[in-house]
Amino acid sequence: MMLLQVQGVTKRFGGLQALTQVTFDLPEGQILGLIGPNGAGKTTLFNVIDGVYTPNEGRIIFRGKDVTGKKPYHLAKMGLARTHQIVRPLNELTVRENVMVGACFGHANAPLNNAGRIADEVMEFVGLSPKAEMLAGSLNVAQKKRLEMARALAARPKLLLLDEVLAGLNPSEIANMVEIVKAIRDERGITIIMIEHVMSAIMNVSDRILVLDFGKLIAEGTPEEIANNPKVIEAYLGDPKLAERLMSGE
Amino acid sequence: MDAILRSLIDGLLLGFVYGIAAMGLTLIWGVMNVINLSHGSLISLGMFSLYFLFTGLGIHPYLAVVITAILGLLLGIVIYAIAVHRIINAPHLSTLLATYSVNMIILGIGTAILSTSPYNVPFDLGSIKVATSVVPTTRLIAAIVAMLVAGGLYLFLQYSRLGRYIRAVTDNREAAEIVGIPSAQILAFSFGLGTMLAAISGGLIATFFPFTILAGGAYELKSFVIGVLGGLGNPVGSLFGGLILGAIEGLVPLAMPTTWTPVLEFVLFVLILLVRPTGLFGGSE
Amino acid sequence: MKSLRQHTSLWLSLGVIVVMGAWPIITGNALSRETMFTVLRSVALASSLNILLGYTGYVSFGHVVFFGLGGYVGFYLIAVQGWSLWAALLAGGVAAGLLAYLVGAAILRLRGAYFALATIGINEAVRAFINNFDPFGGPTGMTLNFKIYKLYGGPGAALQLAFYVMIGLTLAVVLLSYWVRTSKFGLGLLAIREDEDAAEVMGVTAPAAKTWAFVLSAVIPGMIGAIFFFKNGTIEPGLAFPLHTSIEMIVMIMLGGQGTVLGPILGAAGYEALRDYLLVSPVFKNIQLAISGILLLIIVLFIPRGAVGWVRQRYAKVRRWLI
Repeated sequence: MMLLQVQGVTKRFGGLQALTQVTFDLPEGQILGLIGPNGAGKTTLFNVIDGVYTPNEGRIIFRGKDVTGKKPYHLAKMGLARTHQIVRPLNELTVRENVMVGACFGHANAPLNNAGRIADEVMEFVGLSPKAEMLAGSLNVAQKKRLEMARALAARPKLLLLDEVLAGLNPSEIANMVEIVKAIRDERGITIIMIEHVMSAIMNVSDRILVLDFGKLIAEGTPEEIANNPKVIEAYLGDPKLAERLMSGE
Repeated sequence: MDAILRSLIDGLLLGFVYGIAAMGLTLIWGVMNVINLSHGSLISLGMFSLYFLFTGLGIHPYLAVVITAILGLLLGIVIYAIAVHRIINAPHLSTLLATYSVNMIILGIGTAILSTSPYNVPFDLGSIKVATSVVPTTRLIAAIVAMLVAGGLYLFLQYSRLGRYIRAVTDNREAAEIVGIPSAQILAFSFGLGTMLAAISGGLIATFFPFTILAGGAYELKSFVIGVLGGLGNPVGSLFGGLILGAIEGLVPLAMPTTWTPVLEFVLFVLILLVRPTGLFGGSE
Repeated sequence: MKSLRQHTSLWLSLGVIVVMGAWPIITGNALSRETMFTVLRSVALASSLNILLGYTGYVSFGHVVFFGLGGYVGFYLIAVQGWSLWAALLAGGVAAGLLAYLVGAAILRLRGAYFALATIGINEAVRAFINNFDPFGGPTGMTLNFKIYKLYGGPGAALQLAFYVMIGLTLAVVLLSYWVRTSKFGLGLLAIREDEDAAEVMGVTAPAAKTWAFVLSAVIPGMIGAIFFFKNGTIEPGLAFPLHTSIEMIVMIMLGGQGTVLGPILGAAGYEALRDYLLVSPVFKNIQLAISGILLLIIVLFIPRGAVGWVRQRYAKVRRWLI
């Protein structure tokens, strides 16, 4: 069954064409990589999917329902969760309270005391337990990224949108986060779309990859196909030998 | 018809003076996103400055307006340095309360010294005929001075170096700092300019209306309405907003009791905030 | 034991109010009863506004409109329609809540200073309207026939009764405030305060939550208005809608610590104590407004979190129970 269908989505800001006729389907259980140069419209696509923006044309179908134009909180309740490229912690709340917000108001729709239990479990999973009572504003960037992840997971989503969760992390933190992403799908059965610039990581973790360039979908396929696609190499990857390097995991 | 024209002229002349009061409020909002809740008390200070310069030192009222303007500029810079600068990047509540505390301080000291009884500048230039109606000359001059001040401000912001700096800080403070504009000084100076406009409007009003230390409060509320009409942060829009408010105040009493004017004004105010927060003349958001 | 500690703030808050309420009753001193009536009124108004300002992050500069409207509706029903005090109290609360619901749905879309300005506009519009509204007596307002107090055992007994009602309302506000702060609904409000867009993405239905916060913060001020003017015996627009009372509520909240249950209570009590002191002091009597202004400025500039907020920030250990 298709969890998400994006059909002919176009989004304009004034004269700027941010997305043009983007169409793809996402079956349940996949990890879908979304790559493309800066300004290609990746985050805009996330914002259109989760209801922050309404598309000018096209439809979004989530879990069999047309959700075009629905507000972010409707989608959250239906089972969508996301992280932000630029982290948005609720600064004056503790880490635990931040995660509880996800559990209370997302798809989990947990009452307060259950939310506490969910928060404890999720913080353990992403490795934030020792920081539970700290104010979210006092975390460092890597910890804030984990917090974004924990909040999203606490919602018990069906579909998780990850926006550059690896950016700004050092190699060992990246390796750690990649394991977490895999575990989210394998252990929790959550479908994932992830935007990422760290190529080796996304090639390694994705089942399928979409490439956006100037708001248009220019390629779609397995990591191997993408790495060997001449259009992608020209538009984006630049280096004809890149495929081999990426697939070898360097 | 004659009555309508007369009321309209009355209202419009006053509208110019309202306009520059509002211009001070909206200039500060535009440059630093601060709503200056001491605006009303600063208008009152402008009134009393004129009063004491005239009755105490015998200075001609229109020269006194110039001196009042300079004093207002300096006072504004001092207020900014003491009460606003430290919290310029804090949430809105902080600057709202800080400027309100300045309001309390001015009114507290003012009431202790001047009481709340009305004062009056004993100055009269007779009347003059404008179109078909006869108006006090002081009100005509006040409108002309207000127009000159507004025009001067526009030219200053548009063409002087300092004015360009102010516009740069208004557009994007961070970018302005990166290219080397001393934003702290610009903010202080802008706050001074806003205060100066409040003081000038107060001084002009004092030439034809009696006033108390609390009188500025009513003009502050009018400035909010005008600022929203013309678009908060758009000083030129304020002048038009002032004219609209003046026209409303002139014409409404012909149709219904004067006491309904504030009802209309504030309903209009809230509606415009909701429908067009950028003002009647602003672009879309 | 754990649950007792968990609810420390609630017990502390209720304790403070019971002591303030019981003091004049035990001593039987009418003057201290009047003082305490004023203090409790401030505590209840500040705690109500805190639900909107402190928990939700929306700064209402015109909150006194609910006090004034509730006062007018209650007063009209008692004085003109002959309703009982109890029904009028309820009606005052309902009127305030209804206004908040209708207005809130519209103006809560505005953020930051625009919302603050709109609340000032609403207060001034309602005040100006009532100034012209003949059934409510227009600019001269209304006066209560003294005979009405006889129904409650004479003027003296009516004053006493009003005091009990005020204690009850204050306790109700504090329970409400505590419930909101520790509930799932309140967690949603706190999320809105911190980052409304992020909260919506996490599933918080912000428009509905904000509107309910606004309504909850308005109902009890409406009832306080009704009891205040019943006790006062007269009502007029200037008494019912003074802008500076709105701002005093904010000052009290800031003083004690916004977003906490205990903060507005301590802030209101502290503010009233200070004002009493300044008003009777021969040195400061004439410039009490200026002194209050200087103190407010110092708080805003140097201790923006207020007393309770400052302690919470400094001592991480107390954070869990001191709210």
